[in-house]
Amino acid sequence: MDIIRFVSTHRKLLPVGFLLLILIFLTTFPLYTKAYDIRVLTFILIWVVLAVSWAMFSGTTGYMSLAPAAFFGLGIYAMALLQRELPFPLIIAIGGAISFAFAVLIGLVTLRLRGVYFTIFTFGLVVFMTEITQYLETRLLLKHGQSIIPIDNVTLFYIMVGLAVAAVLITYLIRRSRWGLAMLSIGGNEEAAEHMGVNTTMVKVFTFAISAVFMGVAGVIAAPVLLYVNSNIAFSTFYSFMPIFMAILGGMGTAYGPVIGAVILGYLEITLRSQLFNYFMLVFGIVMVGVILFLPNGIVGLVPMLRDKLGPLISKLRKGGQAQQDANT
Amino acid sequence: MRILEGRGVTKFFGGMAAVSHVDFHVDQGEILGLIGPNGAGKTTLFNLISAALPLSSGEIRFKGNKLSGLKPHKICRMGVSRTFQETKVFPNMPVLQNVLVGAFFGTPTRISGAAAASEANQALEFVGLSAMSATPINDLTLGSQKRVEVARALVTKPELLLLDELMAGLTSTEVSEAMELVTRIRDKGITIVMVEHVMKAIMGISARVMVLNHGEKIAEGTCDEISRNKQVIDIYLGEKTRAGS
Repeated sequence: MDIIRFVSTHRKLLPVGFLLLILIFLTTFPLYTKAYDIRVLTFILIWVVLAVSWAMFSGTTGYMSLAPAAFFGLGIYAMALLQRELPFPLIIAIGGAISFAFAVLIGLVTLRLRGVYFTIFTFGLVVFMTEITQYLETRLLLKHGQSIIPIDNVTLFYIMVGLAVAAVLITYLIRRSRWGLAMLSIGGNEEAAEHMGVNTTMVKVFTFAISAVFMGVAGVIAAPVLLYVNSNIAFSTFYSFMPIFMAILGGMGTAYGPVIGAVILGYLEITLRSQLFNYFMLVFGIVMVGVILFLPNGIVGLVPMLRDKLGPLISKLRKGGQAQQDANT
Repeated sequence: MRILEGRGVTKFFGGMAAVSHVDFHVDQGEILGLIGPNGAGKTTLFNLISAALPLSSGEIRFKGNKLSGLKPHKICRMGVSRTFQETKVFPNMPVLQNVLVGAFFGTPTRISGAAAASEANQALEFVGLSAMSATPINDLTLGSQKRVEVARALVTKPELLLLDELMAGLTSTEVSEAMELVTRIRDKGITIVMVEHVMKAIMGISARVMVLNHGEKIAEGTCDEISRNKQVIDIYLGEKTRAGS
């Protein structure tokens, strides 16, 4: 009974403690695991960054972007082309800056499109990036594909942890700020938001660009993990669709929902792909259909659902404990 | 003093003129009623003033400043706020957050979080919804949602408030409450233009009435003048009696 009472009085401390545990786990992870596991976790963290940054923009404003692969691939190619000329940290900055500028440009042109038209455009953008990269690569560099010099796994892992933490933290801070309120109002009713003084174009374009920065930087860091890329690998639509699946599975209503979805689906993807090869998409499809049918608000949506069902039970338990205590005194 | 003035205001949808060469003005501190049959162009005129739609020709001036070419959020910050015929609340937020959006973004100066919250709470109290501030907006009745829209518009500190069919779909008790609310808003010194089909409300509280039909202004005057105007009775009030009989 003490545990229940502790939980109910210190409810706010719980997520903080939980976060601390995760951070301790992540920072000490390389000390007691094999190189392969570090690579797996690095890749899961890449998914976390992509899913969180996708939900940062699309989850709140309701504009379903299929563009993550475009910015992710841009980051990968920035690394592939610059790694022999510039130091790694500088390439990270450049990857982020290019993605930001590109997203602002794309955003200004396309964010006036609503609903499905915006989605179709962003999908077309990824296809365009694949083709134009391949064209330029074969014409200018006279080759197809780029090999990337490996970087120490542990270093990559820690950089990825830093990026993932930054993505979650910034999403959380944005959600709590007036900027987040503006984004939510756009998702709720864009016309009303505009008439209530929200500069909707600015909010949309800037948020789109911030989320693109994370996708681009994730691409820069992912490149040495992938070792070899060509335009089809770097701009694979897989990197656009997976973050959406992950965000839906985890639940878009909170900052941490997409993290949960990314960890589950990311792990599933890596293990299934190595064991079932291309059949893993089949399993994936089944999981997705199940989630959309039974968990429309994602895994995070389970919490209020369970609270409704278990709430009476817990309060009964608590009352029972109270009665027992009264009897003792 | 004229707070809002329109000259030759015209809006074409394709080849059809939804609003055609309308000259109008709104005096500071008054309640101007805007009436007319369905499709007369009342809401279109509102959309032109608040810049939801661009003008085809003509010009609209607010306190001497041209409004055309500005974006809606700029116009809101200048001091022209509005509500919508079909309520446009933010369904993904509780009542208080709905109002907070207006408090944070609707004024030209940056406002602190605490100040915005107190503004929002005051506005909710003003419209009589302070008990509901944490309720999900979709749990509110239509009448209450319209009050939230009014509160949301009020926290943007408007000098001119456009009310688009505030009373449509309300019960008769709610209509008298809404009428009382509109007079209280005017008493705060806010000029009001209201589109309304509820004649009792328009005739009860507006100082002046303007009548639109097929996008053209056909009459303008005090409530008495309008209710005795032959043309208005023929196309608008008369239609109602026929429908009623």
